Amino acid sequence: MTIDVTFLKSIPYFSVMSPVELETIKPLFSEKSVQRGEVILREGEVSDTLFFVEAGAVKIFKTSAQGKEQILSIARPGEALNDIPVFDSGTNPVNAQALGPVILVSIKQDKLQNILRQYPNVALNTNKVLAQRMRQLVTLVEDLSFRHVLGRVTKILLTHAGDGVGNTDHLTQQEMAAMAGTAREVVARSLKSLEEQGLIRLERHRIVIADKKALEEIVEDSG
Amino acid sequence: MVEMPEINQDKCNQCGLCVTVCTCGAIVIEEEKVTIIETEDCHWCTNCEAVCPTGALTCSFEIIVEE
Repeated sequence: MTIDVTFLKSIPYFSVMSPVELETIKPLFSEKSVQRGEVILREGEVSDTLFFVEAGAVKIFKTSAQGKEQILSIARPGEALNDIPVFDSGTNPVNAQALGPVILVSIKQDKLQNILRQYPNVALNTNKVLAQRMRQLVTLVEDLSFRHVLGRVTKILLTHAGDGVGNTDHLTQQEMAAMAGTAREVVARSLKSLEEQGLIRLERHRIVIADKKALEEIVEDSG
Repeated sequence: MVEMPEINQDKCNQCGLCVTVCTCGAIVIEEEKVTIIETEDCHWCTNCEAVCPTGALTCSFEIIVEE
């Protein structure tokens, strides 16, 4: 499989590199396919390779000792799965699992460090990506701490809504619960409540947002 | 092709709870394996996902905004 330079350019880390520079670093990357449901990274393991999503979606999550799952994010094309352990040389703080068929692009830790030394703009971009990830985690803590559960479920619907064509997220009620930090039954009740208010329609295999503005108001009022 | 709930055979322990709650008869156990039959009668109640003790059965939703 050949790695596309256009894809490397779409990775925020490397977006500042010229086509010639990207051609130079291209041989340092490998590509592999992963099946739906396959666990790509496990919490506690050492990572000496940084993985980026080239195609598909990957669930980033933590699991409690009792087996409860908390989804931290869904990684999409261009996003890294494990920059934290690769940069601090610690263990994976999270698990990563393919939500569907996924193609990954990877680079060894030492090769990445060489790129960062050679291209300071890439190092600056890396800081930016890590800062954005920190911001996203702060928002998650804020949501879990202060937003009521109906607001959290509603925010998930708005965040993952697509136009029905192309790549639209598919989520189970269990996955929504793991994102919202609640039980599946609570998500089911929240969806039913939104449906009874006429704000969404629960159809076969689809949740249709009928009143986006009203949902945005629920999220706004829940914080 | 009719979209149907998905079964992960690696996680399934053939307990049969999903068969008992399925109101349209779409889930059967054949040769000690849970099998899902395509049918328009499945209206995505998600009861099978709710009772599955191993998380083997999943009913995913596509979330879309009405135009």
